[in-house]
Amino acid sequence: MSPQSTPSLEKSALSVPHLISIRDLTPADLDLIFHFSDQFREVLSRPIKRVPSLRDMTIANLFFENSTRTRISFELAEKRLSADVVNFSASSSSVKKGETLLDTVNNILAMKVDIVVMRHPSPGAPVFLAKHTDAQVVNAGDGTHEHPTQAILDAYSIRERLGRVAGLKVVIIGDIQHSRVALSNIFCLQKLGAEVMVCGPPTLIPRHMQTLNVHVSHNLREALAWCDVANVLRIQLERMDEGGGGMALRSFPSLREYAMVYGVNRRILDEVGKDILILHPGPMNRGVEITSDVADSGQSIILDQVQNGVITRMAVLYLLAARQRGPELVN
Amino acid sequence: MQNPGPASFCAALLSDAVAVRWYALRLMCLREHAVFLPRLTFVVMVEPRVILDSQKFGLVLERLCHQLIENHDGFGDTCLIGIQPRGIHLSRRIDQTLLRLTGERTWQYGVLDPTFYRDDFRRRDMPLKPAETRIDFLVEGKDVVLIDDVFYTGRTIRAAMDGLLHYGRPARVELLVLIDRRLSRHLPVQPDYVGQTVDAVISEQVRVEWAEAEGQDKVWIVSQNAPSV
Repeated sequence: MSPQSTPSLEKSALSVPHLISIRDLTPADLDLIFHFSDQFREVLSRPIKRVPSLRDMTIANLFFENSTRTRISFELAEKRLSADVVNFSASSSSVKKGETLLDTVNNILAMKVDIVVMRHPSPGAPVFLAKHTDAQVVNAGDGTHEHPTQAILDAYSIRERLGRVAGLKVVIIGDIQHSRVALSNIFCLQKLGAEVMVCGPPTLIPRHMQTLNVHVSHNLREALAWCDVANVLRIQLERMDEGGGGMALRSFPSLREYAMVYGVNRRILDEVGKDILILHPGPMNRGVEITSDVADSGQSIILDQVQNGVITRMAVLYLLAARQRGPELVN
Repeated sequence: MQNPGPASFCAALLSDAVAVRWYALRLMCLREHAVFLPRLTFVVMVEPRVILDSQKFGLVLERLCHQLIENHDGFGDTCLIGIQPRGIHLSRRIDQTLLRLTGERTWQYGVLDPTFYRDDFRRRDMPLKPAETRIDFLVEGKDVVLIDDVFYTGRTIRAAMDGLLHYGRPARVELLVLIDRRLSRHLPVQPDYVGQTVDAVISEQVRVEWAEAEGQDKVWIVSQNAPSV
């Protein structure tokens, strides 16, 4: 590059080569991602909603578990950055024929893929992948472990609406036990200086929660009275039925009872009488963890979250790609 | 050109402009004829030189605005777009000065960050941090004036033009720069309005300071090795 190093050209890079866990990121990394997200928000308001930055890169979306929202959001983010995109879902692939994860991925990497975005039912699968392949890995959810981009977009949406994250009180309501969103959110919010509480039935809150410096409550009213922001999680019925035990293995007696005790509805919000910001990572079970009159109200930012998902993922992919040297410099 | 005698050395010391040519001549001789001219000019080069002080600065701004007024009939179809990060100081000044001269803002004003369109992405150790882009209008059919402070390799302007086209197809795009470093172009782009042309060598840096950012309006040429001011 030319030696014109104007002092005002600010430079900054992520501290990690992969995005596997929020725990690996520094607060400065998160601020950098937010800064880039702000700029990509403007890009999406243009008549031509795309920038050419990643035009020489190929990104593979490997979804070993069902997903609509996250996959579309990643795919859109990749296309807005002009990357070439390959999609893969486990249901229509040779995973069904017994191929191992490493073999599947190596086969895809043999086709010259630069970044792998992966969702996998096993916690730790992205770490394994990052160790054994040359591509950069973005975790799009690994089992009940982490879902870092969801936490980033949640924090970004809070910051967008309230102007800051530091000093806020955030409660995460619902199924903490089976939720990767909860764990990533706890790490992310704490790194940004927020105070976090989890709230739900004792059967859905893991016992180690106190070690993460998180408040625990089993009373929804109390939790709502305490917080500025409530992140309402989805009741993951499909995970609770695992093991084939049906009702016997469920963590609460019935959906109706859950909705009565832990469902966020207009009545309880009015009783608490605070203007609480409501988030939900989707897909919603309307009438179970959240009612329509809350989900569709002005204090819910659920659709903002979806929009911010694309721009924060653009920022993550751009910043990760920036850590790789261009193709002609590799030779 | 013939090898200058001692008298020319004195002249080189006296005038900055001569010093630059002398330096260029030395480079030429080194490259093509392997003639070693004395390294006398180095003494001159390390001293930062002021090429525009605040008084001349104002005159140049005024002239650029008058040239714009001459070429843009009433500014009805004109958009002024400053290029981030440093071009926006100039574009704001041009905007203010034009407002003072014409009395009414009939043009549109925006700022554009070309970072995502740059050709050096993944060729740097650290990615550049983009600044704000704010263009609240379509440039379709408009006369666009891109504004930047120092015009050097032409790469930033190319990136900015790429970005600009994402807002529509302009009727015409012009380039206004405060400083044109005319000897160091990498791409076939030329400015339409130039504040001052400078022949600086590659090892030198042209530094533009603004009253609102650095405390005073000034343009310097500093040697790359010189401590930052």
